[in-house]
Amino acid sequence: MNVAKPLPHDAARLHVTGAARYTDDVPIPAGTLHLAFGLSSIARGRIAGMDLASVRAAPGVIDVLTAEDLPAANDVSPSNHDEPLLSDGAVHYRGQPLFAVVAENHLAARYAATLGDIAYREETPILTVDDALAAGSRFEDGPRIYTKGDVDTALTTAPHRLQGRLILGGQEHFYLEGQSALAVPGDDGDMVVHCSTQHPTEIQHKVAEALGVPFALVRVEVRRMGGGFGGKESQGNALAVACAIAAARLGRACKMRYDRDDDMIITGKRHDFRIDYDVGFDEDGRLLGVDFTHHVRCGWAMDLSLPVADRAMLHADNAYHLPTARITSHRLKTNTQSATAFRGFGGPQGMVGIERVVDHVAHHLSLDPLRVRQVNFYASAAAVPGTARVEAADASGGPPGEVQSTKKTGPREISQEALANPTTRGATGGVRDEGHEERGGQTTPYGMVVTDSVIAEMVEALAERADYAARREAVRAWNAANPILKKGIALTPVKFGISFTLTHLNQAGALVHVYSDGSIHLNHGGTEMGQGLFQKVAQVAADRFGVAVEAVRITATDTAKVPNTSATAASSGSDLNGMAVKIACDTIRERMAEHLAQLYQVKPADVVFAAGRVRAGSDDIAFGEAAALCYSARVSLSATGFYKTPDIEWDRIKGKGRPFFYFAYGASVSEVVVDTLTGENRILRTDIIHDAGRSLNPALDRGQVEGAFVQGAGWLTMEELVWDDKGALKTHAPSTYKIPAVADRPEVFNVSLWDGENAADTIYKSKAVGEPPFMHGISVFLALSDALGQGAAYPALDAPATPERLLNTWLRCS
Amino acid sequence: MEITFRLNGDNISITTGPTTTLLDWLREDRGLTGTKEGCNEGDCGACTVMVTDQDGPRALNACILFLPQLHGKAVRTVEGIAAPCGALHPVQEAMVEHHGSQCGFCTPGFIVSMATDHLTGSTDHDTTLAGNLCRCTGYAPIIRAAQASETAPVPDHMRDAPPSSFQKNLGGAQRGQSPHALPATSDELASWALENPEGTIVAGATDVGLWVTKHHADLGPVAFLHACQDLKEIENTGDAITLGAAVTISRAMEVLPYRELHEMFRRYGSTQVRNAATIGGNIANGSPIGDSSPPLIALDATLHLRLGETRRTLPLEDFFLDYGKQDRAPGEFVEAVTVPKRPDRLRVYKLSKRADQDISAVCGAFYVPVEDGIATAPRIAFGGMAGTPKRARAAEAAIDGEPWTLDTVARALPALAEDFQPLSDMRASATYRLKTAQNMLLRAVMADEGAELSVAGIRA
Repeated sequence: MNVAKPLPHDAARLHVTGAARYTDDVPIPAGTLHLAFGLSSIARGRIAGMDLASVRAAPGVIDVLTAEDLPAANDVSPSNHDEPLLSDGAVHYRGQPLFAVVAENHLAARYAATLGDIAYREETPILTVDDALAAGSRFEDGPRIYTKGDVDTALTTAPHRLQGRLILGGQEHFYLEGQSALAVPGDDGDMVVHCSTQHPTEIQHKVAEALGVPFALVRVEVRRMGGGFGGKESQGNALAVACAIAAARLGRACKMRYDRDDDMIITGKRHDFRIDYDVGFDEDGRLLGVDFTHHVRCGWAMDLSLPVADRAMLHADNAYHLPTARITSHRLKTNTQSATAFRGFGGPQGMVGIERVVDHVAHHLSLDPLRVRQVNFYASAAAVPGTARVEAADASGGPPGEVQSTKKTGPREISQEALANPTTRGATGGVRDEGHEERGGQTTPYGMVVTDSVIAEMVEALAERADYAARREAVRAWNAANPILKKGIALTPVKFGISFTLTHLNQAGALVHVYSDGSIHLNHGGTEMGQGLFQKVAQVAADRFGVAVEAVRITATDTAKVPNTSATAASSGSDLNGMAVKIACDTIRERMAEHLAQLYQVKPADVVFAAGRVRAGSDDIAFGEAAALCYSARVSLSATGFYKTPDIEWDRIKGKGRPFFYFAYGASVSEVVVDTLTGENRILRTDIIHDAGRSLNPALDRGQVEGAFVQGAGWLTMEELVWDDKGALKTHAPSTYKIPAVADRPEVFNVSLWDGENAADTIYKSKAVGEPPFMHGISVFLALSDALGQGAAYPALDAPATPERLLNTWLRCS
Repeated sequence: MEITFRLNGDNISITTGPTTTLLDWLREDRGLTGTKEGCNEGDCGACTVMVTDQDGPRALNACILFLPQLHGKAVRTVEGIAAPCGALHPVQEAMVEHHGSQCGFCTPGFIVSMATDHLTGSTDHDTTLAGNLCRCTGYAPIIRAAQASETAPVPDHMRDAPPSSFQKNLGGAQRGQSPHALPATSDELASWALENPEGTIVAGATDVGLWVTKHHADLGPVAFLHACQDLKEIENTGDAITLGAAVTISRAMEVLPYRELHEMFRRYGSTQVRNAATIGGNIANGSPIGDSSPPLIALDATLHLRLGETRRTLPLEDFFLDYGKQDRAPGEFVEAVTVPKRPDRLRVYKLSKRADQDISAVCGAFYVPVEDGIATAPRIAFGGMAGTPKRARAAEAAIDGEPWTLDTVARALPALAEDFQPLSDMRASATYRLKTAQNMLLRAVMADEGAELSVAGIRA
């Protein structure tokens, strides 16, 4: 059994010896040229004149391209065709590529790119949320609004009501490997592109459109990325397209990599948000109605901002059943980098919103925030209709009209049965129309019934394991004795929806060959960015054939092998590609079994593939021998596999449907200390339990959880993007933009996986794990808030909680 | 320039310009692509290499290391960490075993840092690995790997020696053929500097390196200091320690007898940066946010300058005239700094967004002698509060001769607003800088009352 083994990353040995090749390490053909972009120095306006004589005259320069030199489409947008490769005359942000230099080497190209003499007609840039609202600068005609029930009545009739505002900063991906691409021209218009991308198919499309050729002439290959995190879903398009255009024009291979400063100045980041909230609740903290307004700063081009903002709305409930809710989302267009995908894809911002609300409610009622969380959790899977616990589901949350009666039932207790039986049961979801939403179980604000929740059990287990209650008391006692340093503690849940919300993207293909020596060539549409996808999928393939994982040769993602792929994104990589590979492997295995059954006179079902052998009745041969026998008998040993996620449907305009195949869950508790003289702070301890279903590889999954937590904590604490009032990004290198360093991980860091399986029919009952644990970082943010908020005033901490912001918050509320 | 060094055990002799970086040369000329470019400014550690000279092995960032700086040394890249037979080094084995790599791009840098620590016996991993950024793992498995490999024997091939012919005299040879120089003594440097008053002196290149990699600067004639043994000398007399200008921060933190200065230096740059950066360079470049000047000013350090055969000394604080302007004539260079040995009452507070490997928003240093409860001739200096590292003379005056108490300090706080009108930038606002500078002064007096004041000392 290969699946569920904690095997190392497939390239671990290559990583540690420096032998793992990234795009910039690929040996290049003789005569390869190097590109760099000349960038705008204003945030908004028109180009009045572009004198590039000095650029052309610079040492080593071979060619200089402007928009007029492009052969076909001038567009690298992944969505709305609103993102020219090189400016068409308009300048939309500071750092926008205006021209491209082609030179004999990287340094010559970079140097020459600084020499452009550009005259502008400058306009006042739209930079902030307020600027954009005032100017009506937005994507889509107006805000998107999702509603559930009558939130206005719920707010006005609720026993308690609070309003507040939360600012959430963006985040630079800081993949260690910057963006890079290499285009090698071939015969008769062919173009091969090596690049660091999560979305080879999109690169293929954008390159073909830019060259004015059919998709079939362009082949894109990606062996691995040095980190992606969403930052290589669309942001690599410009480099690949520029290289391909120059390569086609000059007939030589062309290569480009952004210097780190250019990378940070040019490419998009996580969307920053301003979230306003209005919440009605009862004495126990039970939420009766929540009204959120999301202001999303999308930057200058649409990119992926609409689905990002949608996903923020779809996670405005996190793990809490909201009887009534309204989420209004303004997608604002600003003269800054075009914000893009980043691990969680809007989900984290939506979730911090509701976590802030719950925390604020608890502070207002002087309740333990954990208690308030628990009374609001979605009912457990063990307690939903269709299972044994129908009554519990009905009692825990009625329709809006029954709010008064629900209040009387008191805090919901976790049933002993649910605790004893943590595995999920039953179907995982369905769509209910609004009129019947509560009868079939609790629904999200977008009308999806939540039937797979394990959050209550997980939180109970975590609180016990991490000794939450006693430590919360100890923190309070410690603070009473320490006037300057203050501790805080918080426990936060995660519920994250799994599937692309653009339903058609939930498909994947695979190509598997078994060679006549029994070695297996594995290919699929997913890309490897460090998450261990290739190894997990190889484990699936090895398991299907009953061979050791070493017998499976993992190969680079290649648009010529598996076409029309979706980005490796939305945590979907192993769910989609694992299934596609399983289907391809099973096709070949069935063909082999059929032939061997005939040969050895047994039933095909009695041909067993295990331990590198194939058994057919009393005959037992090596897998390689079986492959050779099949080859000799003219049995096809190559197959494609295709998978599409079932049971999902989504109307993003109405905000109704079942966008997600299932939910992934988790919970974390963090304890921190803050210095109230300076705002300096540390994470003292974090405990996490995370739900990866029946993990395909617990070591890799644990790695995802640990890494995502630190990245999430970084987003909400030290990682601060600063633009000046002209729209220049001032934090464009690791000297000024600080991602967590080694000592920023929690000093005590306990991570474990939840022992359960996916109720949905996923690959080996596993769950997606790339994005969900990112949101465990929220426990750090709220622990910092807790440290500052033990007095009467609610801290209303904004993010990132830098030392400066913590000190200012302390001075405001102490 | 013609230079010779060892690369993964082999002797290399090449001709190079003064500003080709080791990283570019490894990747583009040698095809050794294991060493990665992550930031090209010495902040991420993906390009870490091990360099051995007569002072032993140390980790350095190859992206801001000019090839001439390697003359006479031995370099080991990630490709040279596994044994020649292919057997993995213990830290490599442990990183595989403990799942310490995900995307793998930072991994070569980590491996070299970890192998260097393994060789030197260093086990303070949180300090030594602060200059290696990882965006995937959250560091926990890397630390587990580092700990697991601590006791494994050091493979023989890791013990590099510089090329033997370079042990004695590294310099001199280039004079006459090229404006660039590798002087072997400060005398040679002095005459080169007279001849090339607009030239650039490169010690560790942790700042000058960025002029080249980020700003495409032409440095003009360059003199590399690493062969000047006399500039690396440390003279420890009865009442003072004199550090040659080319003494690295790593070395300075070992010898200066002030506990909080040591702790501040532990957070100064990263291991790779401290191993390259020099005390003379940190002072001479005059940065308002250089961290060594505030504590050295608070300790009343003396700077030694040299122009040809003319030497002069001045109090360190007088060297800094204005932003970007120091009291240094063309052709004059920093030769040494003398730090008095005083009772260890030095308090140093370095404040930054990230605790480790971050440039200070504010760096405050306080030397307040107390006689019979009275603060006597206090010296207070700040970085990040003005265009230069600067003494807080008004605050000093408000404290001098007063009881060293919270009350006195509270009364002195407004004086800091007379001393400093700081700027707002991406690191901190002016308001925050002034407030925290004042709070640092409060912290200095509270520290004498024994309060627990550092988040670093707290456990869950």
